[in-house]
Amino acid sequence: MKQSKILLAHGAGGKLSHDLVKELFLPFLENDILCTLDDSAIIPTEGPRLAFTTDSYVVKPLFFPGGDIGRLSICGTVNDLAMAGAAPLGISASFILEEGFPTQELERIIVSIQQAAREAGVMVVAGDTKVVERGAAEGLFITTSGVGIIREGVEIAGSHALPGDSVIINGPIGDHEAGVLLARGEFSLKGEIESDCAPLSGLVQAMLDACSDIHVLRDPTRGGLATVLWEIANASKVGVIVEEERIKVKTEVRGMCDLLGFDPYYLANEGKLVAFVPQQEAERVLDAMKADPLGRESAVVGRVVDENPGKVLLKTRIGGHRLLEPLSGEQFPRIC
Amino acid sequence: MNQRKRIHEGDRASIMLKEISALVDGHIRLMEVCGTHTVSIFRSGIRSLLPKGLELISGPGCPVCVTPVGEIDRAIALAQIQDVTLLTFGDLMRVPGTSSSLNQERAVGRDIRVVTSPLDALEIAQGEPQRRIIFFAVGFETTSPAIAAAVREARRKRIANLYLLCSQRLIPPAIRALLSSRSVKIDGFILPGHVSVIIGKTPYSFIAREFSLMGVITGFEALDILEGVYMLLRQKKEGRSEIEVQYTRVVKEEGNRLALEIMEEVFEPFDARWRGLGVIPESGLTLREEFKEMDAALVFDIPYEDRKDPPGCLCGQILQGLKRPLDCPLFDTRCTPENPVGPCMVSSEGSCAAFHKYGAST
Amino acid sequence: MCLGVPGKVASIQGDCAEVDFGGIRRTVSLLICPDVREGDYVLVHVGFAIQRLDEEEALETLNLFEEIERSYRESTEEDT
Repeated sequence: MKQSKILLAHGAGGKLSHDLVKELFLPFLENDILCTLDDSAIIPTEGPRLAFTTDSYVVKPLFFPGGDIGRLSICGTVNDLAMAGAAPLGISASFILEEGFPTQELERIIVSIQQAAREAGVMVVAGDTKVVERGAAEGLFITTSGVGIIREGVEIAGSHALPGDSVIINGPIGDHEAGVLLARGEFSLKGEIESDCAPLSGLVQAMLDACSDIHVLRDPTRGGLATVLWEIANASKVGVIVEEERIKVKTEVRGMCDLLGFDPYYLANEGKLVAFVPQQEAERVLDAMKADPLGRESAVVGRVVDENPGKVLLKTRIGGHRLLEPLSGEQFPRIC
Repeated sequence: MNQRKRIHEGDRASIMLKEISALVDGHIRLMEVCGTHTVSIFRSGIRSLLPKGLELISGPGCPVCVTPVGEIDRAIALAQIQDVTLLTFGDLMRVPGTSSSLNQERAVGRDIRVVTSPLDALEIAQGEPQRRIIFFAVGFETTSPAIAAAVREARRKRIANLYLLCSQRLIPPAIRALLSSRSVKIDGFILPGHVSVIIGKTPYSFIAREFSLMGVITGFEALDILEGVYMLLRQKKEGRSEIEVQYTRVVKEEGNRLALEIMEEVFEPFDARWRGLGVIPESGLTLREEFKEMDAALVFDIPYEDRKDPPGCLCGQILQGLKRPLDCPLFDTRCTPENPVGPCMVSSEGSCAAFHKYGAST
Repeated sequence: MCLGVPGKVASIQGDCAEVDFGGIRRTVSLLICPDVREGDYVLVHVGFAIQRLDEEEALETLNLFEEIERSYRESTEEDT
């Protein structure tokens, strides 16, 4: 482990986060299930396979356009289960509360959790609460874990992409992180961008109804679209080509990125998924997605190829191409 | 605002590329001075579409890349003073100093903050009178007038706890130094669009007059760059050596006179050291006498030390256009974006970072 | 080495302006580019307007495109 101190960049979801897991956690904890490093662990039983996942939520500010930490804590975990093709069975929620936190705000967050769970079709079945001294938690932190059931015949994993597969996204990218950054009031920018925070369990079940042979599902959270495409290209040992023209970015998100020198391909999303499906099934899956409220803007954005395994190529608007690398550290606003 | 342009962009680009190919005769080397051009050329995919025989090399217009290690070390030393808050543009956070970086120093508790405007420094200084606020001023002529205006405002508002660590540089002297060294073979320059918004066209005349080379002041969209390249090739075909403006929508021949006046009121040129290029006459900016009480280098008495570049690092030669990132033995082996050895890899628009990120082989 | 972003001046207050960038707004200093009116487009760098853009010019990036396109059409017509 090269660095002697944890940097904020270790939590950014890019290469440094990867290195942290590989160099510090895996040497002690490794096992076949953990090492897939997929969104959920898939655990075989005598009956159906279970998907099991956990996530912590430390977002600031706690409330932002389009959601709050409560909604995020349900959607994030439900979506990790959905990325394994699992229908969510139950969620647990642990709260670390800072002394002095207003109970009225806590109630808002709990109502939000209730609402999100209802949308996702899942119940919060277990919980825990701890209180720490003032200053130790910045309001509150939430950790949720989730369990889901994977239907027979569904084999979804980061390593399952095949040459010829179509790459599909369900809408424009960058909304969540752009929305949260604006809500923080940093960098002297004003405006409102709504987070896309939403539970994708229904959308995924509709996709699986249309095609049980979906190869890969992943939600581009921290690290953004570029990072997850790179992860999949490497896990599956294939090349991926995506087209800039087909990947949509909202005008306000583009405006913010231009001002700060950010790249929307590296911004986190919380209501988006990337799907790798056999080419001949793409049309059918796309139709199913567009029928769902969270999939109206779905589109095929690229394909999987044999060439350049492990690399993601972006075909640019003017017909050239360039590499799409994973996020390296944090993105800092630039002047150059 | 760009909607209409984007619809036809792909078609227009195709046509322009075909015309560019038709004009390329033999081998032609163009230097894109500005780091933002290097990045735009990669990101837009232009680099992958250029005809053989047209070679683009990156120049020293990356303010992060040319900031000597000693200046990073000095900024770090200042940030380690108890009551000091160091403000910096984001570009500098990850640049490695001799043993640390601003980002790593922040991780261990130093008060280092990223700002997006020099006016943020005034606000912070006024809001925290018990702290001494040092703004790490880095950039070229695009940025220095804004910094100068902020300094004047600080004076007007009688802000007594704001200081400047000056590390700004100037472009035309660097181009002159490159050409005078006669070590690089260049046929023409893609000149920096936004620096030129401030300085206009005249400061580049020497390129044509004294060295008989061509230059086109170019914007940053894909179509701007293609048009700039087209204009250079057209000059070559017609046997001309001139300075032309492609980026006419914002670059006026006389530049921004007021911005230049304000910059000259606050700063004066001096012989600055550029990483990899050595000392270039009249190429850096420092605060004039009347403003010296704001000069962090004087007030805080932290000495500047020249540091050696890490062994094997070719950044110096890359900045001069003598070598390319792929020529460096450290590229992608010991020197990566996560663990950069030299500044060309750490800066978001450094040649090596761009090559690594967007694809050397494309 | 310079991110300069064009935006539209929504309102002016003294030596500052509210500038709109596709829905996102920033307060921008007019200290080095004061001759600006509501509705103008400006190029912004580090929170300062550094130049006014002529709107019509701003919408049409390329001056020479007609010349280039003509040359291209002529050369492709020759081929056919």
